Amino acid sequence: MIDPSIFLISLFNGLLYASVLFLLSSGLNLIYGVMRIINIAHGNIFAFGAYACVWLLIFYGIGTLPAPAWYILPPLLGGVVAAAIAMVIEPTLLRPVYKRPEEFQLIMTFGVLLVLVDLMLMLFGPLPLAAREPYFAMGVVDFGGINYPVYNFLIISLGIAVAVFLWFLIYRTRFGIMLRATSLDQTMAQAMGVNVRRLMTTTFAIGAFIAGIAGAYLAIKDTATLTLGINTLVLAFIVMVIGGLGSMKGAFVGALIVGYLRVAVTLLYPEAELMLLWLVTAGILLARPQGLFGGR
Amino acid sequence: MKPSEIFRHFGAFPLLAVFLAIAPALMQIGVLTEFHINLLTYGIVFGLAGLAFNILLGYGGLLSFGHAAYFAVGAYTVAMLYRYLKIENLEILLVAAILTSMVVSTFFGLVATRFTRIFFAIISLALTQVVWATTLKMYWITGGSDGIRVPHMALLGIEFQKTMNRPEYLASVFYYYVLGVFVLATLVIWLIIHSPFGRALQATRDNEVRAEFIGIPVRRYRWIAFIISGTFTGLAGALFAVLNGHVTPEISDWIFSGNIVFLTLLGGFRVFDGPLIGAIAFIFIRQYAMGYTIYWELVLGAVLIALVLIFSKGIMGTLYHYLGLTPGMPSLKTPAITIKANIPIQALKERG
Amino acid sequence: MEGGQRPILRTVGLKKYFGEVRAVDGVDFAISPGEAVAMVGPNGAGKTTFVNVITGYYMPDGGKIYFDGRDITHHSRIKKIKLGIARSFQLVNLYEQLTCLDNLRVAILSRERISHVFWKTLDSYRNVTEEAFEVLETFGLKDKASVLASELPGGMRKLLDVAVAYALKPRVLLLDEPTTGVASREKHDIMKIIVKAIKDKKIASLIVEHDMEIVYNYADRAVVFFEGKIIAEGKPEEVLENAEVQEKLLGVRV
Repeated sequence: MIDPSIFLISLFNGLLYASVLFLLSSGLNLIYGVMRIINIAHGNIFAFGAYACVWLLIFYGIGTLPAPAWYILPPLLGGVVAAAIAMVIEPTLLRPVYKRPEEFQLIMTFGVLLVLVDLMLMLFGPLPLAAREPYFAMGVVDFGGINYPVYNFLIISLGIAVAVFLWFLIYRTRFGIMLRATSLDQTMAQAMGVNVRRLMTTTFAIGAFIAGIAGAYLAIKDTATLTLGINTLVLAFIVMVIGGLGSMKGAFVGALIVGYLRVAVTLLYPEAELMLLWLVTAGILLARPQGLFGGR
Repeated sequence: MKPSEIFRHFGAFPLLAVFLAIAPALMQIGVLTEFHINLLTYGIVFGLAGLAFNILLGYGGLLSFGHAAYFAVGAYTVAMLYRYLKIENLEILLVAAILTSMVVSTFFGLVATRFTRIFFAIISLALTQVVWATTLKMYWITGGSDGIRVPHMALLGIEFQKTMNRPEYLASVFYYYVLGVFVLATLVIWLIIHSPFGRALQATRDNEVRAEFIGIPVRRYRWIAFIISGTFTGLAGALFAVLNGHVTPEISDWIFSGNIVFLTLLGGFRVFDGPLIGAIAFIFIRQYAMGYTIYWELVLGAVLIALVLIFSKGIMGTLYHYLGLTPGMPSLKTPAITIKANIPIQALKERG
Repeated sequence: MEGGQRPILRTVGLKKYFGEVRAVDGVDFAISPGEAVAMVGPNGAGKTTFVNVITGYYMPDGGKIYFDGRDITHHSRIKKIKLGIARSFQLVNLYEQLTCLDNLRVAILSRERISHVFWKTLDSYRNVTEEAFEVLETFGLKDKASVLASELPGGMRKLLDVAVAYALKPRVLLLDEPTTGVASREKHDIMKIIVKAIKDKKIASLIVEHDMEIVYNYADRAVVFFEGKIIAEGKPEEVLENAEVQEKLLGVRV
């Protein structure tokens, strides 16, 4: 009864949304897990990566770089710029508030969000920036009469790649052990010789880097806009809350749930999309306040 | 009452009230302009919103990033009742706005007070986004992103809108009307804060565990405070609708909520008169900053960061601190000490 | 135990486990009205957990609790408080940003079930304020009435902590290490005040303590807790001079 091509497209769209959301919320969860801070500004770091990447493509990329490099260098720049911002913000603005009540930390990241929004305006201007050639250059796949962009698979693969990378980082490296120790008990980790300050800055930078490259890849497809950060963040929040704060597994599963919810709602009743998502969130929180995989 | 006692009980309110009362007269003699009066009116409206918000923050210890929801519910109630039922009596509209925001905050509060601290902030954010999504997407009722236009209304039954043009109306009768509503609302909120309930609420802010251990139903009290807070915020929103002449979805998103948080912090969330000062300061700063630069959010963000790092007491809080006064300082919870049971060391090792 | 009188508080085979740990492992205990019972034992023996279970912070995993003959094993925290069980805290638990007076007023308001009133000012309840002042006087804190709790010196914070529980007019008061963390010269002053206040109102008290001198001087009876069980009880002198008890207490307390 369901048109097979619609089915396939929905299947992959769900993975696409989930991928982007996972990329964003994995960083959020990483940061929360170690530092117990909810980084409201994460969406804008994501947007900064997007802008940096597109900017590079527009001014230096498409003309001068060979085609394959389009898919690697500019997004990498996006990630690097995002990580750089993180490494500036964390020691100067966030560290002073670690010992303060968490509400102040939330307000602080909100302040950072506002500053970043205008910084982007200053650097990149008020208009959306587009550099979509790499997106089109990858061509399309024919699903029974409907064309589906190949580029989307790139983003899906990115999501999977980052998931694998994070899993490896957290569970198979020394850094990961230190990370997990610190997120369980900071004082003990310090007593065991972990340089907690440096770990936190690094973690923040990693989370930002992932957000940056995610933003970059997405912007190639969708263009970079000033509101990109805020809109996507809000969805990433939903994922974080559904999956459980600080849980990677939760981010993964939550992203899939929200991704496919979006697909379903878009097919059936687009106007209600946001409302439905938030209501589902509220519902899950009522039934299970710590989210699906949250511990605290 | 001696002046110092008045100050101790009511803070800067009496002085402010006097100033605000004579402001239109000052306009008549040229000290202030119509524009100033307009800004002051916005200041008063946002001051009410801040005052209401601060019931939860300063006195309840709960940070909500979702107060835009109730503000918007109040505003949209006025706008939609005007648009669909052609009601032009402000009193009826205000009562309706109070009722709708009370209902919404009752339900939202039921959900939100199941959580504390960060979770509370997030869920309140989520709930305001639901309102935002509704006002945006249900355009056939709410006007969508275009919003709804609201004309000036009849006050106390007198149809000023027929005899005055809008600017005149706003700078004279409407200004006093708003001031009047504000003063009444402030007195009620003052009473609530200084009632047994208010004190018990502060106890739950300072030490949730101990409050439970003396028999206070913490969650229920938070819910009640939430409802009171949301209702007064809705009242502010209703006044805003007429003042602004136009309601749009952006008064319901979490960024707008952030503005309310900002102005409360700016004025001082630890003192009763902080939010009003903060609101007026916010409106004026915004106006003049926007005149000088388009990077208004940068200014806002920078000030907010400075407030968190250095001036967490806000304007009034810092002022009172330097004057050596303590008009009942509320504060955010520092990490609370709770009862600890000494679980034997070997058990800890076993549990890994 | 004072003969003939029904115990005001009694536990039978009370159990509380945390996974493998048997914090409270089948405890039979009783306390008579007006009696002051000291509970001693090494750290981690389960004393605080015992208090936590009785006051409803934890639900027991087994056994029963009786208050004045009634089974209150599964009553909620609030219900237990309303019945007349109150506690003070080892790590002081006060409303830091409220004045000493208000710390007590809130307790009285809650007791009188008027804490929900939001249409009259607190100050208009003169009897509440008067009673709060009386309690402050009893605990020697009268001149600190308008001082914020966070600004009190250490010993007075402990007194206030107990005063808050006392203000609930309980019939049983559980004091969790009331002199721990207090300078030695202050300990007796504090205990004298507390014990006089309690005895004057015939409140039964369970005092968790580490300081043996305090136990000797202020308790009618002593009970020794060790690894979740009561291993000895009787008059303080008898119990504490017992060789086995000393070994257990000292042996672990190194």
